Amino acid sequence: MAVAETAPFLTIDGVPLKVRLARAERSRKLKAVGLVLPLFLFVVITFLFPLLVMTFKSIKNEETYGRLDHTHEALADWDGKALPDEAAFAALAADLKAAQERREVGEIAKRVNYEFAGAMSKFKGITRKIEAASGGPYKDLFLATDKIWSDAALWRIIKSASGRYTPYYWLAAVDLEEGPEGLQRVPANQAVFTDVYARTFWIAGLVTVYTLLLGFPVAYLLATQPPQRANILMIFVMLPFWTSLLVRTTAWFVLLRSEGPLNDLLQLLINNRFDMIFTRFGTILAMTHIQLPFTLLPIYSVMKTIPASHVRAARSLGAGPFHAFWKVYFPQTVPGIAAGCLLTFILCLGYYITPALVGGPKDQMVSYYVSYYMNNIINFGQAGALGGILLIITMVLYWAYNRLVGIDKMKLG
Amino acid sequence: MKHILTLSVSALAVAVGFSTVDVPKAAAADQLTVVSWGGAYQESQRKAYYEPYMKEKGAKIVEEEYDGELGKLKAMKEAGNVTWDVMDVDSAHALAGCDEGLLEKLDYSKIDAKDKFLPGTALDCAVGTIAYSTIFAYNADVLKDNPPTKLADLFDTKKYPGKRALLKKPFGNLEWALIADGVPAEKVYEVLSTPEGVDQAFKKLDTIKKDIVWWEAGAQPPELLANGEVVMTSAWNGRIGNAIKEGKNFKIVWDYQEFDWDFWVIPAGTKKIDAAYDFIKFASDPKNMSQQSKYIAYAPTHKDAIALVDPKIAPTLPTFPDNMKTAIATDLVFWADNNEELTKRFNAWLAQ
Repeated sequence: MAVAETAPFLTIDGVPLKVRLARAERSRKLKAVGLVLPLFLFVVITFLFPLLVMTFKSIKNEETYGRLDHTHEALADWDGKALPDEAAFAALAADLKAAQERREVGEIAKRVNYEFAGAMSKFKGITRKIEAASGGPYKDLFLATDKIWSDAALWRIIKSASGRYTPYYWLAAVDLEEGPEGLQRVPANQAVFTDVYARTFWIAGLVTVYTLLLGFPVAYLLATQPPQRANILMIFVMLPFWTSLLVRTTAWFVLLRSEGPLNDLLQLLINNRFDMIFTRFGTILAMTHIQLPFTLLPIYSVMKTIPASHVRAARSLGAGPFHAFWKVYFPQTVPGIAAGCLLTFILCLGYYITPALVGGPKDQMVSYYVSYYMNNIINFGQAGALGGILLIITMVLYWAYNRLVGIDKMKLG
Repeated sequence: MKHILTLSVSALAVAVGFSTVDVPKAAAADQLTVVSWGGAYQESQRKAYYEPYMKEKGAKIVEEEYDGELGKLKAMKEAGNVTWDVMDVDSAHALAGCDEGLLEKLDYSKIDAKDKFLPGTALDCAVGTIAYSTIFAYNADVLKDNPPTKLADLFDTKKYPGKRALLKKPFGNLEWALIADGVPAEKVYEVLSTPEGVDQAFKKLDTIKKDIVWWEAGAQPPELLANGEVVMTSAWNGRIGNAIKEGKNFKIVWDYQEFDWDFWVIPAGTKKIDAAYDFIKFASDPKNMSQQSKYIAYAPTHKDAIALVDPKIAPTLPTFPDNMKTAIATDLVFWADNNEELTKRFNAWLAQ
């Protein structure tokens, strides 16, 4: 080592070798970064950025923060039990008056209404009264206008909603709420989401299992046939794969209808019709069909790499056909099974259009509710929290999967 | 590496593709984007307003469809790029959108005097365009003998076995459930404001729950009736009216029709506000407005337009006196207050 320090290796043009190597390394890295950069930027702009925006929306009080500052200050020392004093009422009156000029009362009222049904019209009503009144005292004015203002629960919500951040959306996404004594379950008739999550994972799991049961033998057949025949069979697998998801779903919609061809056939054969459209059965059937290639193809490409000689060797050493398959062939396909199943399972978690078209109300998955809150209720925070929880659970599953199976053992081909 | 390269190139191509698609939309100054509810309703607006307007003014109208998703408008507004110029909204959205600052406050001097419109249709941010109603209809080919005549029949699965379709929202259904359960129409919202009243409504819906198919877009009910998926369905009356015109043997039951309005609004943040006013003025002109009833069975909101409607069409409109006998008006303030909570409860109930 001492030699290297006193007299470094030089290249032919007199630059130390170390420097030349570092330069070469740097330019290689730059090239690699340059090639990956477009995709990286694309992912950041179209995926990470919206993800972060939606996540922030789900923890912030966008509608109320900064618009109820006086009230927030006046309620800072309030114990949350007795009715607030005149100062708090006057502060809310001032905030609402200012908000009315900027046309923001609707948004404030909507935010409070998420947690306190009925607040919407009361906020608008009291704002009109405040505008008409010449000034305080406001407590009497509020209480005379509606009894809702004497409810401490409403004031607790106003207080928490006027802060910058809120746990409300995330709690609501798992059917919890903040009560006077801390966290509590929401009333049973309002609890939707825990069921929806369980349903989402159950459907995704079932579809994964069915695609595996159906796909594995087909993959085996494809991998062991002579190439000409395998190619023809492959077309039957690939054609649906290349067809748009919406088209395939619509096809199932037509097939499964109670007056559709499938039921007509059943009527002819067994003189009976079944409810297949808008059912769990229809949803799973259509999803299994759509996901089949995703499970099948990784298994197929792994099977292609397994030399036929392995099973022959096992057989010649005395193993029975099943034993040879189970002990020698099957273990080598596990990386493909793992890859195919993980792919299908994760894709299934985000299914939206298929359950929406062929499923009934009991078959809608999380993404349906995300879209519902985005589009219909216009509650972006709730949509963000629902999606966020799905993302977290998926990542935890992926992590657990990596620990158990090992992601490096997964093979797509 | 090769894969990453192809991927990034195609990603870039997609990104470039997106931006080029959007440019002409934003750049064209003489084109107006009008958003409505699709299907037969939009068709009637096309014939009554869009085509005559384009012919008369030489402007270009680009049509878009939606199912009442104001969320898209909010997202556009937050992104600072509102590409919708005029929208047709229902009354709940007209009020909510105004409160949330999503809609422009209208300057009626650019349209017509406020008192020219029927009471309740000249709002701060929205001017009425049609009166429509939610009714229920049946296929007279299927229910030939002893057809349904009253609301209670919709809930009577003994007398009328088979599936029925309802709108997948609590809105309207809870009212009907209570009335079918014997609550007088004028007491419906009073009862519905109490927890017991809500329980009662869901209990009534429970009795037919397993026979309900849920619809979400206005074009679905006539389809469901036509392909025999259901024996009766709730629907917006004009959609059924048009299916009848196309030769379907459907019949409307007007008992306890739920009467409501649709409005023109201008999204806040549109870059073509003058053109938007110009279009709304054109569409609110009594002569033009009276034309729409020809193409779909909805009634005009401009007082002078009512007299211009063809008397032959009048009995098919929700405003016809015989059809109005038991009509109920939806309470928008009630729904603004309770929609969020009742929708959640409705979804939980659906999932049970």
